[in-house]
Amino acid sequence: MTTRTTTARPLSRQATATRAKAGNDAGTGHRGNRAAWLVVAVVVLAVACAASLAIGARGMSLGTVWQALTAFNPDDGNHAVVHTRIPRTVLGLVAGAALGLAGAAMQGVSRNPLADPGIMGVNAGAALAVVTGIYLFGISGASGYIWLAFIGAGTAAVVVYLIAAMGREGATPVKLALAGAALSAGLYSLMNVILVSSQDTLDRFRFWQVGGIAGSDWSVILSGLPFLSAGALIVLGSARTLNGLALGDDVARGLGQNVALARGVTSLGIVLLCGSATALAGPIGFVGLVVPHAVRFFTGPDYRWILPFSMVLAPALLLASDVVGRVVLLPSEVPAGIMTAIVGAPVFVWLVRRGKGASL
Amino acid sequence: MAQLSARGLTLQYEQRRVVERLSTTIPEGKVTMIVGANACGKSTLLRGLSRLLKPSAGVVTLDGKDIHSRPARELARTLGLLPQHPIAPDCITVRELVGRGRYPHQGFFRSWRTGDQSEHDLAVERALEATSTLELAGRNVDELSGGQRQRVWIAMALAQETDVLLLDEPTTYLDLAHQVEVLDLITDLNRRRGTTVAIVLHDLNLAARYADHVIAMKSGTIVGEGPASQIFTEDLVGDVFGLESRVVADPLSGTPLILPIGRHHTATPSTPVELEFAS
Repeated sequence: MTTRTTTARPLSRQATATRAKAGNDAGTGHRGNRAAWLVVAVVVLAVACAASLAIGARGMSLGTVWQALTAFNPDDGNHAVVHTRIPRTVLGLVAGAALGLAGAAMQGVSRNPLADPGIMGVNAGAALAVVTGIYLFGISGASGYIWLAFIGAGTAAVVVYLIAAMGREGATPVKLALAGAALSAGLYSLMNVILVSSQDTLDRFRFWQVGGIAGSDWSVILSGLPFLSAGALIVLGSARTLNGLALGDDVARGLGQNVALARGVTSLGIVLLCGSATALAGPIGFVGLVVPHAVRFFTGPDYRWILPFSMVLAPALLLASDVVGRVVLLPSEVPAGIMTAIVGAPVFVWLVRRGKGASL
Repeated sequence: MAQLSARGLTLQYEQRRVVERLSTTIPEGKVTMIVGANACGKSTLLRGLSRLLKPSAGVVTLDGKDIHSRPARELARTLGLLPQHPIAPDCITVRELVGRGRYPHQGFFRSWRTGDQSEHDLAVERALEATSTLELAGRNVDELSGGQRQRVWIAMALAQETDVLLLDEPTTYLDLAHQVEVLDLITDLNRRRGTTVAIVLHDLNLAARYADHVIAMKSGTIVGEGPASQIFTEDLVGDVFGLESRVVADPLSGTPLILPIGRHHTATPSTPVELEFAS
């Protein structure tokens, strides 16, 4: 009965434009003015950046931070401290943006709400490649890790896709997740074989693996920047394709999309983003998973909004985690990768429990 | 108007052949119903006609041109498709979902431009209006009933504004009232815009009533093609479905009405079944 009441009206040929916006936004929650929310998100990110420059073992006032940025005095100890925090903040920005974009795009490509660089085997591939490089060739430092991480992340992504694509219906979300989880387990066990057999590799690996943005310098960031930019452009350009894929492969094809090509191109962008972020900052979890979900609460399911929001809010979360990690266990620091999990996990549980807006 | 044809079409999944050397034409400006038993290849034929499945032999043409040789997006402006199991993203509103039907008409860089946005908005409005979903426009699709949801999906296909529309079992899971409503809606669309429609349908009586043209399939080939009154005979129903039936004239429409004859509840079962009772 309830549905019939709305359908009884006969079809009319009247001009429809006049009634276009009537009764339009009921039920869309916060989506009314997404542009305004995006401005709020940028402000949040700016606050996180300021906090990252000001807060630490030695706290600064915002005035001192401002002076250090605009009128740097090399003799002022406070200014010097602020300056050492700049590369760290910039790395948090770029790695966070990359992880947010990659997580959102991965959820879109695989139509899997739990997709994350960790689940799809990409992190495991990057990590194994880095460990192998350290063990066999004694490589150290992010500029060497980055190429290894790309090779590992890319190979893992391709292998996961090929495994999932076997069989009649192709690479479905469930098969992608299963293949990713299985490959991750295999790669991590291989990695552990190397690590238990070499103490030296383990020591160097441990520093990288926990995921931290401390101790970074400009050369490291610059070496990753071209890949990060290329990946970001590819992924941001895929927004409409992801909107189509969200309706199912058949509908997307019916709308004129080349589904396989779209997945391939977007995945290339994801590998570039994940590989460079992982090489620069180590495997940082939860940011790519949590942020796109939180963002959907404001944007709805439109990837043309989800991607930019994720790109802005993921670095805010990463920087905030890093800042909290600096002060929570003074005088030592907790790496950002651990803090994102501590901050992210409750947020994730809360999102899942409140149900709405928390899935694709 | 646009003409969709298949010539020597063979469709297969891996090694399993589902449709074999099939040739047919979907008549322009008509409503065609594709019927057949389960697993006879009717949905596969629709997938082949709509380019979801690449033929292993033969060709599907739209206005004489191979559909696989044309750019996908250009084709999608002429040939629309509503598959059996579309997915609605959580929390998507009706208007947003219908708007995604405009994809093939929007260029890569034009998606944000406001200039021709009004044209897309109008197309969405027309689709909402035609499917009586305008009052649902701001609602979330997940809150809707099955019948409303199906109308919203049809609205999305309408927003695509194609000359040919293929629908795979659009009335599955709907109650009778909603089935009739969906078929009425499609008929309206066909009559008003001259849209060529092909529908895979399970309900033979509704197919008979709403079809201008019927394609009956059995194990991957066509066993009958033509107006419902010629196709739905007792012989054909027996051949295609392995079901005995009586076909009478529908008192409302004059179209064939198929009355199945089972083993029970029929006054004169034509094949008396002897039951042995243990004593």
